[in-house]
Amino acid sequence: MSKHLVVAEYAGGSLHGSTLSTITAAQKVGGDVIGLVVGQGVDSIATEMGKYVPNVVIVDDAKLANRLAQPWAQAIAAVAQNKGATHIWHGATTAGKDIMPRVAARLEAGMASDISAVVSENTFKRPMWAGNVIGTVEVTTDTKVVTVRPTEFDRATAGSETNIEKVETAIDDSRMSFVSFDEVKSDRPALTDADVVISGGRGLKGPEGFTNVIEPLADKLGAAIGASRAVCDAGWVPNDWQVGQTGKVVAPNLYFAVGLSGAIQHVAGMKGSKCIVAINKDEEAPIFQVADYGIVADLFDVVPELIEKL
Amino acid sequence: MKFLCTVKRVTDYEAKIRINSDGSDIVTDGVNMIINPFDEIGVEEALRLKEKHGGEVVVLSIGTSDSVQQLRSAMAMGADRGILVKNEGDMDSATVAKIIQKVAEDEQPDMIMMGKQAIDGDSNQAAQMLAEYLGWPQATYAFKVEVEGTDATVVREADGGMETVKVGLPAVITTDLRLNEPRYASLPGIMKAKRKPLAEKTLQELGVTATTRVVMKGLEAPPSKSAGQIVPDVDTLIEKLRNEAKAI
Ligand SMILES: Cc1cc2nc3c(=O)[nH]c(=O)nc-3n(C[C@H](O)[C@H](O)[C@H](O)COP(=O)(O)OP(=O)(O)OC[C@H]3O[C@@H](n4cnc5c(N)ncnc54)[C@H](O)[C@@H]3O)c2cc1C
Ligand SMILES: Nc1ncnc2c1ncn2[C@@H]1O[C@H](COP(=O)(O)O)[C@@H](O)[C@H]1O
Repeated sequence: MSKHLVVAEYAGGSLHGSTLSTITAAQKVGGDVIGLVVGQGVDSIATEMGKYVPNVVIVDDAKLANRLAQPWAQAIAAVAQNKGATHIWHGATTAGKDIMPRVAARLEAGMASDISAVVSENTFKRPMWAGNVIGTVEVTTDTKVVTVRPTEFDRATAGSETNIEKVETAIDDSRMSFVSFDEVKSDRPALTDADVVISGGRGLKGPEGFTNVIEPLADKLGAAIGASRAVCDAGWVPNDWQVGQTGKVVAPNLYFAVGLSGAIQHVAGMKGSKCIVAINKDEEAPIFQVADYGIVADLFDVVPELIEKL
Repeated sequence: MKFLCTVKRVTDYEAKIRINSDGSDIVTDGVNMIINPFDEIGVEEALRLKEKHGGEVVVLSIGTSDSVQQLRSAMAMGADRGILVKNEGDMDSATVAKIIQKVAEDEQPDMIMMGKQAIDGDSNQAAQMLAEYLGWPQATYAFKVEVEGTDATVVREADGGMETVKVGLPAVITTDLRLNEPRYASLPGIMKAKRKPLAEKTLQELGVTATTRVVMKGLEAPPSKSAGQIVPDVDTLIEKLRNEAKAI
C-alpha cells in the first residue's frame, strides 16, 4: 500500500492553500497520508495540518528555521526513509520547486514535477511546452517525489482526529544561509488564492496605469492583481505578480486580462480560469482566443466605465 | 573564477508546437531551435562576473551533435570553450544531473550556472538535483548575483517577495528571467567562436549510465476551449457576467 508524506508549506503562521490541494492529489492515489511540518516553532502549523490528515510529523530544529533547500531536503528525506514513504509530495510552488528535486536526488527517487492529474500510483500527467502539450509520465522507482499544480486539485476538507509526533533528524551544516526577505506587502487576497484576478500588461503604459486603472477595479471586486512578464520586467509591478509558464499559475473564478496580448507563455498560467474577460484594442490579440468575453476597445475608456457601473 | 554554464537546445518559444501522429514526441522538422532562454541568461551572467572577477566560462550541452549550434552561439557571446556530451534519445533530469556532476568533477568550477527550467519539458529539476549530488549549496531563481571572496550573495525571486541568501562557493545557481538581458553576439564574436575549443565526450567516457527513473509514456494536446464571444459594450459585459457566467 502507498504511504504518502505531504510536506506542509506555510507563511506568516498559516498553512498555504497549495498544501491542501497537494493532500487531495495524494489521496487520489490512495493509502496512508502523513503530513510533515519542517521548521522551528511550528506546532500551530502542525495542528492546522492535523485537521486534514490523520498523522503529522514535526521536525523542529533551529537549523531549519529558514526554508533553505539543502537542510530542508535533508530533513524531508530522513523522515521519508524513517516512515517508509512511497510518495513524497509538495505543491509546485517556488518553495516546492526549489526543495523537492534535492529530496529526489537524495533518495535516488524519480520525480514528476508540476503534475496536473494522477493517473495511477506511478503515472501522472503534467503540462509541458508552456501548456501546449500534456505529457503522461511514469515514475519507475519505488520511491516517488511529486510536486502538484495546486489549481488542478480541489482543496482537502477538514477531517477527524490527528496524531502529532515530533521526530529528530541530524542536520548537517551547509554553506547556505538566509540573509533577508523583502516581502511584497498587500492587503489584497493572494494571487494564487483569489476568487477574482485582474491582470494588466504593457497596454497600461506605465506603473500609473496599474495605480489608476487596475487597482480601482481590483478594489471594486476584492480581487488580486496579476501581470504579464513584460510589465514585471519593466519594473512597473513586483516580480511576484507575474502570471504564466515561468510565473504563477492561477485559476480564479473570474480573470480579467487588461491590455495584455495573451502570449502563450502568459496563457499557460491562467487558461484554467473559469471565466476569462479580455479587454484589448487589437481585435487580433491572441488573448481573445481564450477569453469567454472580449471587448475590443481602449482600456482607458472601458475600465473606468466598468468600475462605475459595477 | 571558473564558471560552468549549461545550455540546452530547445524549440523556439515562438514556434507553434505540434505533436506527432503517434503521440510519442513533438514535431521538430522545420522548427527553429534555440538556446534555452534561461540558459542564455546564465551565460550572460557568467560573462559579466568574469569581466569583473576574471576567469573562464565553459559551456556544456548534452544531446546530439546538433547541440554544437547552441554551444557555438554561447561561445559567440563570449564563452571560452565548449563541451558536448553526446547522448541520443530521452533523458530524465536525474540523468542530466549525473552527467553534469561528472563534468563538474573533472572541471572543478567555482560556480555552475543553469536555467531555472528548460522551456520544453518545464521540469525545473536538473540544477537542484545536481547540487544535491555534488553536496553543494544552491541558489535558485536568481534576480541578482554578487560574488565576494568565497561567497555569492543571491537575491532570489520567491513567492511573496524577494529573498536574499548567501551561499559558499562552489555553488549551483539558477537564473530567473530578470537577472539580465543577454547580449547579442557580434560578428567578430561569431567568427572567433568557430575556432574556440570544443570537446566531445560520450557517456561511457564520463562513466555515467543513463538510469531512467521517469519514462515519457505519451503526449497529447490539452483540452481545447470553446470559442468565446466579443461583446459590444460594458453594459452587455456586465449583464453577461451577472446572468450568463454568474461570475459577479
Ligand atoms: C522563456 C520565456 C518565458 C516567458 N514567461 C512568461 C510568463 O510567465 N508570463 C508572461 O506574461 N509572459 C511570459 N513571457 C513573455 C511573453 O512571451 C510576452 O512577451 C509577454 O507576455 C507580453 O506581455 P504583454 O502582453 O503585456 O505585452 P504585449 O505583447 O506588448 O501586449 C500589449 C497589449 O496591450 C494592448 N493595448 C495597448 N494599448 C492598449 C489600450 N490603450 N487599450 C487596450 N489594449 C491596449 C495591445 O493591443 C497588446 O495586445 C515569456 C517569454 C519567454 C521567452
Ligand atoms: N540536455 C541538456 N543539456 C544541457 N543542459 C541541460 C540539459 N537539460 C537540462 N539542462 C539544464 O538544466 C536546466 C533545468 O532543466 P530542467 O530541469 O529540465 O527544467 C536547464 O535550464 C539547463 O541549464
